[in-house]
Amino acid sequence: MEIRPILSTLSRHKTAAALIVLEIALTCAILCNALFLVAQRLETLNMPSGMDDAHLIMARATGIGTQVDANARTREDLAALRAIPGVTDVVIVNQTPFRNGSWNTSLGTSPDQEVPTLNAAQYMVSEGTLKAMGLKLVAGRDFQPDEFRNTTELETATDASALKSPLILSAAAARKLFPDSSPLGKTVYMADVPLTVVGVVETLVRPARMGGNRDYSLIFPFRMHFANGGIYLVRVADPARRDEILKLVDATLEKVDPNRLIRPSITFSENRREFFADDRDMIGLLLIVCGLLLLVTALGIVGLASFWVQQRTKQIGIRRALGATRGQILRYFQTENFLLATVGIVLGMVLAFGINQLLISKYEMPRLPLAYLPVGALGLWLLGQLAVLGPARRAAAVPPAVATRSI
Amino acid sequence: MFGYYLNLALRSLRRNRVLTALMVLAIALGIGASMTTLTVFHVLSGDPIPQKSDRLFYVQLDPETRDGYKPGDEPQDQLTRFDAEELLRQKKAKRQAMMTGGGGVVEPEGNKLKPFTVGLRYTSADFFPMFDVPFLRGRAWTGGDDDGRARVTVVTRELGEKLFGGSDPVGRELRIDGHALRIVGVIDDWKPAPHFYDLNTGRYDSDEQAFVPISTALDLKLGRNGSMNCFGRTIVNDPTAQNVPCSWMQYWVELESAGDAAAYKRYLDNYSEQQRSAGRFERPANTRLRNVMEWLEFRQVVPGDVRLQMWLAFAFLVVCLLNTVGLLLAKFLRRSGEIGVRRALGASRMEIFKQCLVEAGTVGVAGGALGLVLALLGLWAVRQRPAEYAQLAHLDGGMLALTFVLAIGASLLAGLLPAWRAMRVPPALQLKSQ
Repeated sequence: MEIRPILSTLSRHKTAAALIVLEIALTCAILCNALFLVAQRLETLNMPSGMDDAHLIMARATGIGTQVDANARTREDLAALRAIPGVTDVVIVNQTPFRNGSWNTSLGTSPDQEVPTLNAAQYMVSEGTLKAMGLKLVAGRDFQPDEFRNTTELETATDASALKSPLILSAAAARKLFPDSSPLGKTVYMADVPLTVVGVVETLVRPARMGGNRDYSLIFPFRMHFANGGIYLVRVADPARRDEILKLVDATLEKVDPNRLIRPSITFSENRREFFADDRDMIGLLLIVCGLLLLVTALGIVGLASFWVQQRTKQIGIRRALGATRGQILRYFQTENFLLATVGIVLGMVLAFGINQLLISKYEMPRLPLAYLPVGALGLWLLGQLAVLGPARRAAAVPPAVATRSI
Repeated sequence: MFGYYLNLALRSLRRNRVLTALMVLAIALGIGASMTTLTVFHVLSGDPIPQKSDRLFYVQLDPETRDGYKPGDEPQDQLTRFDAEELLRQKKAKRQAMMTGGGGVVEPEGNKLKPFTVGLRYTSADFFPMFDVPFLRGRAWTGGDDDGRARVTVVTRELGEKLFGGSDPVGRELRIDGHALRIVGVIDDWKPAPHFYDLNTGRYDSDEQAFVPISTALDLKLGRNGSMNCFGRTIVNDPTAQNVPCSWMQYWVELESAGDAAAYKRYLDNYSEQQRSAGRFERPANTRLRNVMEWLEFRQVVPGDVRLQMWLAFAFLVVCLLNTVGLLLAKFLRRSGEIGVRRALGASRMEIFKQCLVEAGTVGVAGGALGLVLALLGLWAVRQRPAEYAQLAHLDGGMLALTFVLAIGASLLAGLLPAWRAMRVPPALQLKSQ
């Protein structure tokens, strides 16, 4: 295909050509960034919690007024919940992944360190939590039964040594604290409180993103009780029976002590779904805008191409009379569109990186991966060819006889 | 002439219905998307207390230890209990209040209602006059009630109706977490959005149903909500105790005028230095005094996603406009012959230009009308979502007017280039080829 005549025609329609190029460029730039945002949100949405999400139910009770012996009542709750058929484990924890509002603390590797090494989520758990949550221990050991203490004991401790405790780290926190060596047996410090690392779990994400971090977590062998914010985590053997067990959980807690407020329990999967509702909305919105953008751009191409075909009806007739085939006319318009799209795409890629830079500075977005560019390019080439097909076919259908008529 | 051009425009638009529909649709989609996101942004970034937002200030001090101090660092968002109580005692502003969020279980009288949880706000007496809280019945508690840790409370109309039906709640008892508080006042519906005075207990929506003197709440150890940050190396057993290194109090002051801010800031700096010489503070004075809008801006109360959606919608509008420019260009130049005849018959270039702009504006009006429908639909969709600001998404009169201004302005802008090209159509050439 000879492209010189196309270029010379385009140079006589600079404005219209520039408009199409600009529209394609903008669409390409927005599309690349929007799709990248979608991919990012999808990654967040599907982020592993580190736990067996599908097996877990969360339950909570609130005491009315001061509780006389909340620890004893909590033990009763745990025993009663464990007795529900289909339940394999029940533990009490202070927080879980995917919740707003969180307990966090700072850790250093020496007691007189001015600036702590990291800030991490502080999980406080009861016996058997690693197994109940389904956390994967990758080094060291789980807590031993004699290492667990009630949080109520800690509330009255007055010196650092009374608070010292064994500690399990998430792998990400372990790497941050001890990049070059095994953390097992090492001592880390929460202000002046010494803590001994006994184990490392593969993943346990923080309740919510804090300071740009999602995966620094610490696990302490401290038992909560139901009245100081403790959450019961109920593990079921068969995820299919979660809904049925959910109702039994509420009824069981109500039966142990009817003089409490039982918050309706919720499956962990549902909790996760609610936590990410905004992200799912954003994905939907971005995809709708991408669709509309493509539609508007395609309509713009159809409109301008139709205009050009109509304007050049006479020239097309002459070319046909001089022996050009229908295919050649068709390919002429297709090539023209391809050239315009290419210029638009190249411009669009530069623009895409510009927008990405802006997003990096304003929204802590990562850099746009290069893989998005060929995808965006291919998409717009295809869109252009599809859009121009109709007008180009109409052009090809112009009969050679037009050349002999004066308009 | 305008009427004639309008008539011509309508005829021309009718002649090519598909092209006209494309242009109207493109503008409507762009306007609909932009107005939906702009309205959400407008509502979320609004002034919650416009009559005095420039005279209300949020106080920040820096009570942290020397560890890791860098000059210019932002101090903590909240005050320690000690500092809030001390500033309140010194009463250096026209009005001042310390506060924090909380929650508890309400036990209704009789057996008709089951106990239920409510959100609470613990604060001091000036809170009500300072924030212009509207009272339906009774009154606020007094400074004397604060000092005496009086067992009193102010409830919302909603809670009053829930507990006592139609009868007057003032003088009745509210039982919270096993403690009886006497209701002294009932406030009318009052939901400032954003929930500016405490962004930690809901940014746009909070479930505060009753207000309790903070001295009383601390005395009864009622449950607190919100954010708390303990610092330093001291081991803290009770973070709500009077002199522990934990910040969890919000502190607001009302000054006589915005101009008094500098003097009050100096007072805060002095206070900070005094605390340092007394050995309580370790850092040089590092205080902040922000008015309501500065505080909301600093805390970036509008969610990042909402801003991102707005920019996305405007980028989309730009693409729609480029599209309209192209289509208008095609439409006008297709009529070169007609334009040539008008020019030959004596119409000036300016007249051709005007005629084209009237046609572009007509497309804009139609696009604006359809765009408005799309924006209303978009806002309806936003209200169906679970986001806490969802219920606020409504179009007001100003935004309604802006929709049409934006639509017509955008279409005129899109019409400029095509109209300019059309007016430069040489009459002679067009007539020759006829």
